[in-house]
Amino acid sequence: MMTEVRKIVLPGEVLGDSKEKKSGYGTFEEDGRVISKFIGIPKEARDYISVIPLSGVYIPKRQDKVIGFITDVERVGWVVDINSPWLAFLPVSEAVDEFIDLKKTDITRFYDVEDVIYAQVDNVKRADIKLTMNTPVARKLRGGITVKIAPSKVPRLIGKEGSMINTIKDKTNTIIRVGQNGVVWLSGEGVKKAIKAIRMVDEKSHIIGLTDEITKLLSD
Amino acid sequence: MGMKSKEKMIVKGKRLDGRNPDEIREIEMKVGVIPNANGSAQVSFGRTTAVAAVYGPRILHPRRLQEPNTAIIRCRYNMAPFSVDERIRPGPSRRETEISKVTRLALEPALFLEKYPETVVDIYIEIIQADGSTRVTGINAASLALADAGVPMRDLVVGLSGGKLDDTIIIDLCGKEDNYSVADIPIAFLPRKNEITLLQMDGQMNPDEVKTIVKNVLNAGKKVYEKQKEVLKKKYHK
Amino acid sequence: MRHDYVLKLLESDERLDGRKLDEFRDIKIEADTIERAEGSARVKIGKTDIIVGIKMELGEPFPDVPDQGMLRTGAEFSPIASPEFDPGPPGEDATELARVVDRGIRESECIDLEKLCLKPGEQVWTVFVDIHMINHDGNLIDVSALAVVAALMRTKIPELEDDKINREKLKKKLPIKHIPITVTVGKISDKFLIDPTKEEEQVLDSKLTVAVMEDGKICAMQKSGDQGLLEEETSRMIDLAIKKSKEIRKLL
Repeated sequence: MMTEVRKIVLPGEVLGDSKEKKSGYGTFEEDGRVISKFIGIPKEARDYISVIPLSGVYIPKRQDKVIGFITDVERVGWVVDINSPWLAFLPVSEAVDEFIDLKKTDITRFYDVEDVIYAQVDNVKRADIKLTMNTPVARKLRGGITVKIAPSKVPRLIGKEGSMINTIKDKTNTIIRVGQNGVVWLSGEGVKKAIKAIRMVDEKSHIIGLTDEITKLLSD
Repeated sequence: MGMKSKEKMIVKGKRLDGRNPDEIREIEMKVGVIPNANGSAQVSFGRTTAVAAVYGPRILHPRRLQEPNTAIIRCRYNMAPFSVDERIRPGPSRRETEISKVTRLALEPALFLEKYPETVVDIYIEIIQADGSTRVTGINAASLALADAGVPMRDLVVGLSGGKLDDTIIIDLCGKEDNYSVADIPIAFLPRKNEITLLQMDGQMNPDEVKTIVKNVLNAGKKVYEKQKEVLKKKYHK
Repeated sequence: MRHDYVLKLLESDERLDGRKLDEFRDIKIEADTIERAEGSARVKIGKTDIIVGIKMELGEPFPDVPDQGMLRTGAEFSPIASPEFDPGPPGEDATELARVVDRGIRESECIDLEKLCLKPGEQVWTVFVDIHMINHDGNLIDVSALAVVAALMRTKIPELEDDKINREKLKKKLPIKHIPITVTVGKISDKFLIDPTKEEEQVLDSKLTVAVMEDGKICAMQKSGDQGLLEEETSRMIDLAIKKSKEIRKLL
């Protein structure tokens, strides 16, 4: 059973006894106590305590859907900026279905520098991050605009089963794709209003009652 | 340091600015003052003001500096030319270079860096106004900026100075007191276990007095710790 | 992609933050920010945040102007202010900014330098103006210049006791004769832009910075950017800068 408490804990704050609940994400164990590593929201499950940080850079995880920017074209694939401390790599084999003769093909005809892609994190090994387009939602995102939010706010922006992001999409008549890496892509007429709503979530994600404020903003 | 004053610096138990010997100046702290940075803070102790920014973890160039299993930290302490009485020429002095190093060593033990291989966390501290105890003020600002940036930490880092004037132990030396104090002891520590990560001294003092000052500073530092916690929570409890 | 979006908006005279093309962001001027300096100001325009500190020191005059005080302007693009700023000596951008701002102060005769002469040929006051970036979100020159002027207007000269500076005694105000206001106009295709953000600056074709005095005279100009300007465009940009300078002047 998960209990969500909107109180805030700080780095170094003691959360509990490690004999009662083990140390989960965002915490560490010291002298039999579980301690927070971040400014964040504590979450207690049956067996462990974790802390969801309120800020911080994006750390890629397998199967995350991310929005990335092609920054370099190499012989066997593309270098992609995924808004994280490390650059990612998209191999040709993960991006193109047909057979490619790398000696003869200029792969920029598939993706070129400055293209924006919606991709999936395939594998993470230390600082080595591989992406794949081998998933139904993956595609090149054409036109539109991107904005960045703190990666830790992404779950709030999406909402329970997509409730928050769908509300924003519907009320502003825009197409929106949210990357786990904090990059959001929008296209459509109501982009400016949608961006306002997204910024509000970014700034006030920890406040209870945010959904009402967003609804109000979108109705004006 | 150790200048002889013609007048008494402590009169009827009060210091030049009216403080008690163990009293800290007025503390002001603000978080998130630099939108471009991952984390930032501005801290003042009386008229000493430090602004700190954290950029990172981020990609580290050149590659030869990268560590395969951890992030590295870079720290730069810099005084603005207008921060002191006589203008300082821009550019790193030997003093600023040394303070940059001890500041880095004061903050490093508090950080979890292994989750960010091959990256760097850049910590920049600007002293925009200097009236004594600038390095510990900078450390307080950096601690807040690191927490604000979401860098995982074992604990916050608290900075505070101690010294002795007119046979009295004093806490949080201002500029004038720094000049006339028998010794200047800046200290930084992790408050949960009182783990000292910065300890310097210049002056002349017998060992028992030094130990007493350290103990007093660790004790008085609790107030600074409470302030740090308060301002971090305030950011989210508006 | 964001560049394209910014450009697309501009084609319909729109900006990301909803401003008009010739509109400034919110301006906040905080004077006497640094108590220990002889003068100081902190100016925020939008998210751009800059502190200026003024220090008065004694020095020798230049031999060709033995009866005038000196003015020295410096700028530091502190790495706290933006991810692309590196620690190190001022690069060409920081140097250019300092010199452009200096030109506005010097050519307008903002400070009465003759009144800063103590012993002709031997000893004069030097006014050190130091510009320190805190957060970079575009339009650094205009914000710096405004902070410099705001700081100079409140600068006090320390007393001299036996040829030693006593900063505890600040009585006389720095003698100010004129107040230059600096406005930069950006150009993208056929549109003119006031107060660009950092993002907007990246799509500008060119910029023209103009320093204007209270009587409408221009005392300094600087064109930057890698595209050329036609004569008619230049005229219009000058007119726009002068018009906007009047708004800024009211804030001081």
